[in-house]
Amino acid sequence: MDLSSINPILLVASLMVSATPILFAAIGELVVEKAGVLNLGVEGMMITGAVVGFAVAVNTDSPLPGFAAAALAAGVLSLSFGILTQYLLSNQVATGLGLTLVGLGLSSLIGKPYEGMKSPTLPDLHIPGISEIPVVGPMLFQHDIMVYVSIALVAGVWGFLKYSRLGLVLRAVGESHDAAHALGYKVVRVRMAAIFFGGACAGLGGAYLSLVRVPQWTEGMTAGAGWIALAIVVFASWRPWRVLIGAYLFGGVTVLQLNLQAAGAKVPVEILSMSPYLITILVLVVISARGAHGAPASLGRSFHASH
Amino acid sequence: MTFTKLLTSAAMAIGLASAAVAGSHAEKTKVGFIYVGPVGDGGWTYEHDQGRKAVVEAYGDKVETVYQENVPEGADAVRAITQMALTGADIIFTTSFGYMDPTIEVAAKFPDVKFEHATGYKRADNVSTYSARFYEGRAIQGHIAGKMTKTNKIGYIASFPIPEVIRGINAAYIHAKKVNPDVEFSIIWAYTWFDPAKEADAARALIENGADVVLQHTDSTAPQAAAAEAGGVITFGQASDMGEYAPMPRVSSIIDNWGPYYVQQVGRVMDGTWESVDTWDGIAPGMVGIGEISDAVPADVKAEALAMKDAIAAGEYHPFTGPLKKQDGSDWLAAGETASDGDLLGMGFYVEGLTGDVPN
Amino acid sequence: MIRLEKRPQPSKIWTVMTPVLAVFLTMIIGGVMFAILGKPPLEAIRTIFWDPLFNAQFASYTRPQLLVKAGPLILIAIGLSIGFRAGIWNIGAEGQYIMGAIFGAAAGLAFYPSDSFLIFPLMIMAGAFGGFVWAMIPAILRTAFRTNEILVSLMLVYVAEAVLASVSQNLLRNPEGMGFPGSRNLSQWDASANREIIANSGMHWGVLTAFVAVIFAYVLMTRHIQGFNIRLTGEAPRAARFAGVMPARIVIFCLGLSGMLAGMAGLFEVAGPAGQISIDFNSGYGFTAIIVAFLGRLHPVGILLAGLLMALTYIGGELAQLMLGVPGASIQLFQGMLLFFLLATDVFINFRLRIGQAEAA
Repeated sequence: MDLSSINPILLVASLMVSATPILFAAIGELVVEKAGVLNLGVEGMMITGAVVGFAVAVNTDSPLPGFAAAALAAGVLSLSFGILTQYLLSNQVATGLGLTLVGLGLSSLIGKPYEGMKSPTLPDLHIPGISEIPVVGPMLFQHDIMVYVSIALVAGVWGFLKYSRLGLVLRAVGESHDAAHALGYKVVRVRMAAIFFGGACAGLGGAYLSLVRVPQWTEGMTAGAGWIALAIVVFASWRPWRVLIGAYLFGGVTVLQLNLQAAGAKVPVEILSMSPYLITILVLVVISARGAHGAPASLGRSFHASH
Repeated sequence: MTFTKLLTSAAMAIGLASAAVAGSHAEKTKVGFIYVGPVGDGGWTYEHDQGRKAVVEAYGDKVETVYQENVPEGADAVRAITQMALTGADIIFTTSFGYMDPTIEVAAKFPDVKFEHATGYKRADNVSTYSARFYEGRAIQGHIAGKMTKTNKIGYIASFPIPEVIRGINAAYIHAKKVNPDVEFSIIWAYTWFDPAKEADAARALIENGADVVLQHTDSTAPQAAAAEAGGVITFGQASDMGEYAPMPRVSSIIDNWGPYYVQQVGRVMDGTWESVDTWDGIAPGMVGIGEISDAVPADVKAEALAMKDAIAAGEYHPFTGPLKKQDGSDWLAAGETASDGDLLGMGFYVEGLTGDVPN
Repeated sequence: MIRLEKRPQPSKIWTVMTPVLAVFLTMIIGGVMFAILGKPPLEAIRTIFWDPLFNAQFASYTRPQLLVKAGPLILIAIGLSIGFRAGIWNIGAEGQYIMGAIFGAAAGLAFYPSDSFLIFPLMIMAGAFGGFVWAMIPAILRTAFRTNEILVSLMLVYVAEAVLASVSQNLLRNPEGMGFPGSRNLSQWDASANREIIANSGMHWGVLTAFVAVIFAYVLMTRHIQGFNIRLTGEAPRAARFAGVMPARIVIFCLGLSGMLAGMAGLFEVAGPAGQISIDFNSGYGFTAIIVAFLGRLHPVGILLAGLLMALTYIGGELAQLMLGVPGASIQLFQGMLLFFLLATDVFINFRLRIGQAEAA
C-alpha cells in the first residue's frame, strides 16, 4: 500500500469537477423546495439537459450555447410538472416520478443521432496571478468556468433567499402558502418561477455531465445523479451553503474511495464503494442530532386559492 | 407433484400453439434478441445489435429480426423470453449471463424454438451457449501496455469480480510483466458495467495516482475522454472500437464481433442443421476483433503485438502458458502447460505478482 | 377566464371517469408520438392495451403475467401508502426489497437441500424480517435523532445494492456455479420455490399476499384506531399529539410495516419469477411502487387497480417492442404520459371548471 501516491491537490481539484453536476441540480431543487414544491423529477430534467446540451454543443461546435440550451430545455420540461402540480393540483411526488420517466424516455429518443460523437470541450481557465499560486492555484483556480458558475449560483441563491424581498416572498410561500396568499402574493406564479429555475439548474448539471465530466452522450448516462441531488438538499437542511458542503462531501468521498482503490489501500472494496452513502447518512445523523432542521412547512402540499 | 404436471401439460399446449404459429409464416425465419442494456450504450448491447444487423444484411427478406432492450436480469427475463417465443421467434439469442436460468426454463417449454445463451454454461437440446475469449485480446493489450508505460503503473477499471473480468486482468498482467518486470497494476472495482460519470472519475483517480495506461472492463468511452484530457495516457477500446479516440489515447481495442456467429447460427436454423453446441471462440474465427493499432504505438511494438495476434489465431500460442503461479505463490501451471478451459471459466484468483485481493 | 371551483364533495362520476379519460388522452398523444417515430399508431396502442389481455396467440400467457408483474408492485405500494398517509416518506423500498430477498434466500439456502415444507414459510418470515430491519434504520434514526428518513432510506438503497453484489459473489454464491456470481436457483428447488397456487393463473404466493395486504390495509385504514391515528398524524400532526398519538410509534409502525411488505415482495420474487440472487436482481420495483401508491390515490383498492394498470403498460410495452419494433425509450415516455394524464385529470374529482367568471382574489 502506498497512499503517498494520492495527491491531495489533484484530489480536491477532481472532487470539485465530480461534484459540480450534483451541485447544480441540488441548488436548483433547493429553491424549488424552499417555495414549498417537492419535485422528484430531477433525474429526468438532468438527463434532458444532458442530451439537449450535447446536441446543441455539437451542432454549434461550442459548449456555451449547449449549456444555455440545456438550461432552457430542462426548464421548459419542468414547466409541465409545474402546470400539473400548480394548476391541476396533481400530487407532486407522483408527478415528479412521472417527469423522470418522461425525461429518460424523451432524452434517449432525442439522443439517438448523437451516440458515439465527441463534443467540443470547455477549456480550463487560467487566470493570471491566482491560478499560479502554489497548491491553492491548481487546487481551486484552474477549473472550467462552469465550476465557478455553480459556486456563484450557490452564493446567489443564498443572497437571494436571505436578503432580497423576492427571496422573502418565496420563503413565505414555502412556509405557509395560505398566509402568503392572504398577504396578496401570487403563490402559484412564485412557485412556477421556482420550478423553472430548478429545472434550468438541473439542466445545467446534466449538460456538465455530458459536456465536461464524461464528456459524451449515452442513454441513461445520469445513472442516478438526480437522486443524489435530492438527497443533498435534505442533507443540507435546505441551506444553500450546506448544499455546497454536501455535494463536495459526497463527491469527495466518491473520488477518495476510487483513489484509495487505485493506491491499493487494504480496505474491502465493498466497504469503499458504499462509503459515500454511509458517510452522508452518518454526517446527517450528527447534524440532525444537534437539532438543525428546516423543511419548508408547506413542502409537497398543493395550493388552491379557494381554500 | 401435481403442480408440475399441470404446468408441463399447459406448457406443452402453449408450445404446440406456438409451433403452429411458427409454421404459418415459415418462409421467414424470425430471429429474436434479448438485450440487457439499451442498444445505444456504445458497448456490450450495441455490439450485439450490430450482430443483429449483420444477420439482416446477410439474409435480407428471408429473416425478420426482433429485439427487446433493457430487459432486467431478474424477474422479467422469463416473461420477455417467453413472449418472444410465443410471438413466433424461431431462434432467440439471450445476450447476458444473467439470462442463463430463464433461458433454460423457457427452452424447456418450447422444444421447437432454438435458444442461444451468451456467456453461460448451461445447455439443453435446444440451447446452445457461446462466448468469446476476450482474454486473448487482453494479452495483446498487456503486451502493448507493458512496452509503452513510462511510469510502470497500469490502471485497470474493473466492473465486478467475476471470472470473465479476473481472467482479463490476469491475461493483461502476465503479458505486461513479461516485457516489463517493473510493471505494477492498480485496479479499481467500479461495481458497475456502465456509469459514465463513475468511470470517468475512476480513470482520473488512476491517472492521478501515476498510471499512464488505463485499461477498462466497463463499457462507456468516459475513461477514453478522461485520458485524452490528461494527455500522455494511453487506453484501449472496450467492446466496440471507440475509434473516435484514435490515435491517442486509444491505441487499439478489443471488439466484440458477434455478427459472423449470429449469421452462421441463423443459417443453420434456416437449413435445418442447427444443433446444440458450446462455442468459445477467440481471435481466430474473428469473434474477438483487435482494433487497428494506431501510430502512437512504436513500430516494433506494433509488429510484436501483431505477431502475438497471429500466433494466438494460429493456435501456436496460448496466453495462459506456464510456468505460472497463483498470487499466494502456489503452483498453477508447469512450464509449457496451458490452462484448461475449466480453469479459465471459473477463474477466481490472481496470478503471482498482482497486489490486492479479489474482492469477495 | 377559466378557473377551478372546489366541489362541495368529490364527484363520484369523475372518480370513475378520470382514468378512462386519461387513458383516452394518452392514446391520442401516444399515437401521435408513435406516428412521428414512423410506427403504426393504432396498432401500437392496440398492442399495448388490448393484446396482453385478449390476443388469441399469447394472451393466455400474458394475462396471468399481469398478476405476476403487478403483485410485488401492489404489495410494496400498500406498505408505502400507509406511511405516506402519515407523512412518513419511505423512498427506499427498493433497498428493503433487496434485503428481504437476501435474508429470505439466505434462510432457505442454509437448509439446502432439505425438502422440509417448513422452509418456504421460514423464508417468508426471514424476508419480511430483512425488509423490516432495513426500514428500522431510518425509523430509529428519525425517532432518536430526527434524521430525515427520505435521505436515509434512499441512501440505503445504494448500500443494499452493494451488499447484493457482495453476497451474490460470496456468501450466497452457488457452489456449483463454476465461480460465476449468483445463488442457487430457488425456484427449481421444491422446498423453496414460490409456485403458482393455481397452475397458469399467475397467482403465486406473493400475489395472494398482495391481495391479503389490500384487504388488511383497507380494514386498518377505515376500521381500526391505528389507521385513524395514522391519518391524523399525516393531516394534523399537532392534533394527533394532543390526542395522545405517539409520533415515534407511528414512525416505527409505518416504516416497519412498509419494510416488511417490501421485504416479502423481494422474497417472493427471488423464490419465484427471478429464481436466484444475482448482482442485478433488483429491477426498480421499489421506485415504481411509489408511482403505483400515488396513482392509486393512497387507497388500497386504488393501488390494486393502479398496480394492474402499470403492469399492463409494462407487458404491453414489451409486446410493442417485440411486434412493432418501437424503441424501449418510447414506451418509457408513453408510461410517463399516461401518468401525467392520470394525475392531471384527477383534478376533476374535486374541482369543476368555471368559465367566464372573474378570478377570485
